[in-house]
Amino acid sequence: MDFNDTPDEAKFRHEVRSWLEANAKPKSAAGFAAENPRYQRNETEALKIAKAWQAKKAAKGFARITWPKEIGGLGGTPMQSVVYSQEESKFDVPSGFFEIGLGMCIPTVTHYASKEVAAKFVKPALYGEEIWCQLFSEPSAGSDVAGLRMKAERDGDDWIVNGQKIWTSGAHYSDWGIVLTRTDPNVPKHAGLTMFYVSMKAPGVEARPIKQMSGGANFNEVFFTNVRIPDSQRLGNVGEGWKVALTTLMHERLAVGGGQGGSGADVKELLALARETELEDGPAIRNASVRERIAEWYVRGQGLKYTTYRTLTALSKGQVPGPEASIAKVVVAPRMQDLASFAMDLEDMGGVATGEEAPLGAAFQQTYMWAPGLRIAGGTDEILKNIIAERVLGLPGDMRVDKDVPYNKLPTGR
Amino acid sequence: MNFDFSDDQKMLRDQARKFLTEKCPPKTVRKVLESDGQYDKALWKQIAEMGWLGTAIPEQYEGLGLGHLELCVIAEEMGRVLAPVPFASSVYLATEAIILAGSEDQKKKYLPKLAVGEIIGTFAIAEGPQPPSPKSIKATFRGGKLDGVKTPIADGEVADFAVVLARSSDTGGERSLSLAIVDLKAAGVSRRTVKTIDPSRGHAEITFKGASAEALGPAGDGWDLARRVLDRAAVLMSFEQVGGADACLAMAKDYALNRYAFGRQIGSFQAIKHKLAEMYVWNELARSNAFFGAWALSTNAPELPEAAAGARISATDAFHFASKENIQTHGGMGFTWELDCHLYYRRAKQLGLTLGSSRVWKDRLVNHLEKKNVA
Repeated sequence: MDFNDTPDEAKFRHEVRSWLEANAKPKSAAGFAAENPRYQRNETEALKIAKAWQAKKAAKGFARITWPKEIGGLGGTPMQSVVYSQEESKFDVPSGFFEIGLGMCIPTVTHYASKEVAAKFVKPALYGEEIWCQLFSEPSAGSDVAGLRMKAERDGDDWIVNGQKIWTSGAHYSDWGIVLTRTDPNVPKHAGLTMFYVSMKAPGVEARPIKQMSGGANFNEVFFTNVRIPDSQRLGNVGEGWKVALTTLMHERLAVGGGQGGSGADVKELLALARETELEDGPAIRNASVRERIAEWYVRGQGLKYTTYRTLTALSKGQVPGPEASIAKVVVAPRMQDLASFAMDLEDMGGVATGEEAPLGAAFQQTYMWAPGLRIAGGTDEILKNIIAERVLGLPGDMRVDKDVPYNKLPTGR
Repeated sequence: MNFDFSDDQKMLRDQARKFLTEKCPPKTVRKVLESDGQYDKALWKQIAEMGWLGTAIPEQYEGLGLGHLELCVIAEEMGRVLAPVPFASSVYLATEAIILAGSEDQKKKYLPKLAVGEIIGTFAIAEGPQPPSPKSIKATFRGGKLDGVKTPIADGEVADFAVVLARSSDTGGERSLSLAIVDLKAAGVSRRTVKTIDPSRGHAEITFKGASAEALGPAGDGWDLARRVLDRAAVLMSFEQVGGADACLAMAKDYALNRYAFGRQIGSFQAIKHKLAEMYVWNELARSNAFFGAWALSTNAPELPEAAAGARISATDAFHFASKENIQTHGGMGFTWELDCHLYYRRAKQLGLTLGSSRVWKDRLVNHLEKKNVA
């Protein structure tokens, strides 16, 4: 038992680090607020920097390490991909704009489209020239995404698409999207879906950012008004869109991160705050109830870290990671939320303040405001627990009252 | 990254699981629980014959000389079946104390006998319903004589000797305490059974009245040594706790699949699914923290105190959660004497207290974090 690289991993790490050192600057030790680009950069500027960095990575084969060399990858192992992410995270480089496209959309397109079509999209996506988004969720179809309404009707060689998508990350700067539509409302919900890829610049597509409670706008709602999609842009057969969507989501789950849970104010920051905060009976760090909470969150954080290490160990040995990899998100988000709330309690009446006077650049207040979203985006806590119960523990699926009912006969509520 | 047990260690675990599932079914635990017996002697003898008592004892003292990682995988299986034997007292505590602090003569005297189960040892710190501290310890060790009352001491009634924490000077503070080894069959020692929440594990009150004892480790090092022994034991015990918590989840899952209510398996209700998913989450976090403890213990890393506290807190909380929610999942049958749920519920609390409560370990953990942050 050790935490060391295998000789091959060490060699690859060295190679990656040398390349990063030659091409990027190490992260500064300026602390959370200065390092958290979410609050720092203007998006247009960030996108420009990100595209340039992506092109550099792609030229070296680092943009998609596990893809075959023929399509611009490195032909590497999942573990090498993790090693790259670990090393890259130590450098001040942009991230985030291309993950959905390269991680989910492009694999779906290459799986279902012709070779020629796939070839047309892979390289521009890899080099950051074209960005992709995923248009699945709708206002009335979140956890139950197969209940979506967006209507696609056949019109000669085209489909006319109308409806609304929501929670689409990056729709406003994306060039392409994959969109799941309802092509037959007369059959049960899973059977009436069809998948397409669509230009986000097509007439009738309109993306509007959604302002979140945190003040940020990471998602969009996307309106489709008589959008014309050629049948040649269909992915998979008519009525088999759910199967295609599962391919996309499977790729989402295959993405194993090298990181250790969410970013944001954590135990280290809480310890710092507890040191400098005077409670009625002395420094907060000396208060028994404060110490107990710090210990609990620390242990939970360590548990996540070492669970990741177990997953990485499986990858390093060329094995499929065990089911323990599925627990992270259920723990991370509620933990962040409770930790931030408790830290604000320590600040007491002053805990409401978010200006420059707030301790640690208002890091806890920011975490408090984005943690609710973290518990929902990418699968709610409740859906994730269902998944653990059904796929890991083997408990029965939910009883479905909508299983054999035609979509247009389902009750819809308000 | 190689954060896992080796294939050999996993094979040992499988062997231990097979052996203990066969030799220690719930009725073996109940036999001790429902009698005045202190432990299952036949099972103890068989475990000794497997050589497991000497897993981490060096070969020069007639142990197997394997190591702590091997002991961890065995511990997990002991916990899974709630083995009613003095394994923790004799192996994680008494043996570790002697390996850590014993003189060459003491090692030669005790370790070979501990390795084969010829003698049983225990560790006596507690003095009643409060956390032991340099302030609270009243037992004394002066001029080679022990005086005072230690209670409740796991396996105190059946152990041949005890490592005792006692006051050796009046200077106050940590440096006023020392460890001593005492023969529990010698003059000046009396014992009586203490009733506990977990009668499948015997406990005793031990009274010393001028009992002859010898020092273990330098005078004044008692508190520090005791903490270090507890750190080592905490890692090993965290595997027992993880094994027990895992067994609770397996029981709850089995029941949820086979019990029907409202026309369906109760395991199809989200209230039950989410409960079991949470058990799984806490168990896996505890397992990961225990792994880190195992790494720190087996490499004698400077991180050991912090890793031990993390493993201890995580495993205690996970076993507590799993054992109580297992009862809840079983509904009315869950709190009957007949079903085995209560055996785990009892053991979860017993293990959660015997090396000190979660509350105490949380405070210690933050001490370590503070030091680390300053350094």
